[in-house]
Amino acid sequence: MPVLLMAALVMLPITVILLSWGTAETAIWQHLIETQLGRLLRNTLLLVFGVGVCVTLLGVSLAWLTAMCDFPGRRWLDWALMLPLAVPSYVLAFVALGLLSYSGPVQTLWRDTFGVGVWFPNVRGPGGVIFVLSMVLYPYVYMLARGALLSQGRGLMDAAQLLGRNHIKSFLLVALPMARPAIAAGVSLALMETLADFGAVSIFNYDTFTTAIYKSWFGFFSLTAAAQLASLLLLFVGLALIAEQRARGNGRFHQQAKRKRVGFKLRGWRGLLASAYCFSVVLLAFAVPVGQLLFWAFETAATDIGPRFWGLVEHTFLLGVMAACALLTMALLVAYGQRLKGHHHGGYLERLAGMGYALPGSVLAVGIMTAFAYFDRALINPFQVFLGLTPSQVLVGSVGALLAAYVIRFFSVAYGPVHSSLERIRPSYQEAAQMLGASKFEVLKRVYLPLLTPGLLSALLLVLVDTMKEMPATLLLRPFGWDTLAVRIYEMTSEGEWQRAALPALVLVLISIPPVIIMIRRSRA
Amino acid sequence: MKGNPIAGSVRALVALVSLFLLVACGENSPPSGADAEPSITVYSSRKEHLIKPLFDLYTAKTGVAIRYITDSAGPLIARLEAEGASTPADILMTVDAGNLWQAAEQGLFRNLESPTLSSNIPAHLRSESNQWFGLSIRARTIVYATNKLSADELSTYEDLADPKWQARLCLRTSKKVYNQSLVATMISSLGEAQAEGIVAGWVANLATDPFSSDTTMMEAIAAGQCDLGIANTYYFGRMKKADPSLNLALFWPNQSDRGVHINISGAGVTTHAKRPEAAQALLEWLSSPEAQGQLAELNQEFPANPLVKASEEILAWGDFKADKVNVEAAGRLQAAAVRLMDRVDYR
Repeated sequence: MPVLLMAALVMLPITVILLSWGTAETAIWQHLIETQLGRLLRNTLLLVFGVGVCVTLLGVSLAWLTAMCDFPGRRWLDWALMLPLAVPSYVLAFVALGLLSYSGPVQTLWRDTFGVGVWFPNVRGPGGVIFVLSMVLYPYVYMLARGALLSQGRGLMDAAQLLGRNHIKSFLLVALPMARPAIAAGVSLALMETLADFGAVSIFNYDTFTTAIYKSWFGFFSLTAAAQLASLLLLFVGLALIAEQRARGNGRFHQQAKRKRVGFKLRGWRGLLASAYCFSVVLLAFAVPVGQLLFWAFETAATDIGPRFWGLVEHTFLLGVMAACALLTMALLVAYGQRLKGHHHGGYLERLAGMGYALPGSVLAVGIMTAFAYFDRALINPFQVFLGLTPSQVLVGSVGALLAAYVIRFFSVAYGPVHSSLERIRPSYQEAAQMLGASKFEVLKRVYLPLLTPGLLSALLLVLVDTMKEMPATLLLRPFGWDTLAVRIYEMTSEGEWQRAALPALVLVLISIPPVIIMIRRSRA
Repeated sequence: MKGNPIAGSVRALVALVSLFLLVACGENSPPSGADAEPSITVYSSRKEHLIKPLFDLYTAKTGVAIRYITDSAGPLIARLEAEGASTPADILMTVDAGNLWQAAEQGLFRNLESPTLSSNIPAHLRSESNQWFGLSIRARTIVYATNKLSADELSTYEDLADPKWQARLCLRTSKKVYNQSLVATMISSLGEAQAEGIVAGWVANLATDPFSSDTTMMEAIAAGQCDLGIANTYYFGRMKKADPSLNLALFWPNQSDRGVHINISGAGVTTHAKRPEAAQALLEWLSSPEAQGQLAELNQEFPANPLVKASEEILAWGDFKADKVNVEAAGRLQAAAVRLMDRVDYR
């Protein structure tokens, strides 16, 4: 049942998007095919491939180091490596370009040292975009892989080593395949976000499928053509998800929770190398952009902090917490419901329920808004008239609609960690509890919830941070007066006033830090 | 394994959520006597910090409360369209004539019979059927590096296609509506074929890939990556204000023919406005000398009302002849402009 409800919710905007095929936009399509489509597809594939490879390598290697090894600084790098999650991609993109472009300090110093005309890598090309997106998206892979590796414990690794495999081999042959569902969940989140990204690619002026969607909408004034393009993107994501599911096969990934940490000691230069690697990732993906934000925020803090600003912080946090609770509840119900039915790898409904994440935010927001506006007009207004009230809007512009939008958009973010940690629990626990007379909900409460705590915390953190950063749906569906930090950032950046956007961006990053630390602490205990 | 903290906190949070929902719904449904307190609802793609001071002033003066949400023009137009007759919006305010034209095209504005607006706002800055009205003007003009060029080497937008500017020109992306409007008005006055030749010439002269904002483009010009580019005046004003010694200057092109390309920010009263008279009164006030000076000054723009003088800072840029083609052309020809720029591979 829960999965049906969730799938129905997601179908609302998707139906609106699919209905766009009712109108022909031949001229626009012909134009796109003649002038753009080839380059767009090449660019998009290159981006997806590049980001996919980078986030997998970064996320898995970092997770292996912090979860399985011991080296200087591991204890704080462990959580510090999660922090880039709180940095919106458009912020890192802007800071990276600001520092590295021709007019930035790095190239200016370069020219002063080596003279004008000496080669410098083209930071505004595809390499730059891939770098920026990988830096903000690897935490998805890192976090999920880390959780999976930690929960494996050392038993299997010890067994592999007794059988004569060295550290690396036992990792590649035992730990890695066991962590595959979690890694796949992380990579697919990162790639869906890459496909939907508009902020970073537009700052780099890198044309992708998503920029074409916006161009059809804002340039040709055709929301129809934009929705048609978006539905192709959706099809692409759907196929990729099915392929991923097929490739995973029918393996089972159960194991017991809570085992002793492995903790290979990396000594001497190996330990230092590991520290240096982890540290440089934190530096590039978090410390440098936050340092730049701090620098700008100091200049504007005096004038911009006031009661209004605290109102923004309050709204952001409230919406984040409400959305996170709604999302966790939905994810847990759906995952548990699927498990009771014995669907370990999820049916198509479940895949459908997660599709909201892959759509460009504004297109999804308009789809949701259109669906709610339709309900207002077709169902609620006649009812209000029947009751003798003046027809007014009930859904659009209400907190409830905005929360529904967050649930639709971020369901797969909450579902990934919940589902993958559920998959690792042996069904025998449940069978034992049921034989002892526990009801379905007692099993959920007394067996699953305690075992799921790390997964639930990951999910909570991810969706909290994601909803607080969310821009297009918040902009379009927020009730009057419910401005958030993301709204403020949008208002400033869209006018090119990056210095004044720094303060809200910095606060957004800062309020995301405590949840990160709490989550990592708990998963260690 | 310790107790079960999650279940407890889930319960607490569910309670919290329900509470907030109650509060939120309470805020949302005004008491039935809401009509007694006059208020106007505005959907605006002009940002909060550029409109709120004026709205506050108006509320203080008249007692009429104004509530608003801000977003990009595209989503706001889509929302107005989807809401239809039940929309709470009385006014739609956007930047760029193209967006205003598009909203009018979709029947979202009503015709206004307002002698005040008609006399305050010149004809080329409003729609022919008086559906929307420009409230402030920005010029899109040539910016050049003063250490590399002097003004007498410059003449027109068309001249930037000349091979002498090879690898010396910087441009912002064609995806920005300001460039689409510039090219649309060029199509309107020169014809599509000639405009295409000129834009192709610009692309051939580019020193580097197009930039994503006017500001980063001007920074590149100042740093020496290229010699000149095309930018909106208020971005230039903002940079100069932050650093008056910056090696950039404005040049007003096409002074001997059609004049400098201008665009507007503007607004209209929506078709399904709940308080159309109050909304019209607000627009009339915004076009009045009292509001115009501040409206323009907030963003270093030119007032749309010709009787109002621009701020000192802006007057210092010198007087210029503006293109008098109706800004409506920008909307009508926008799609053609986008196709043209795609054909010549202007990213």
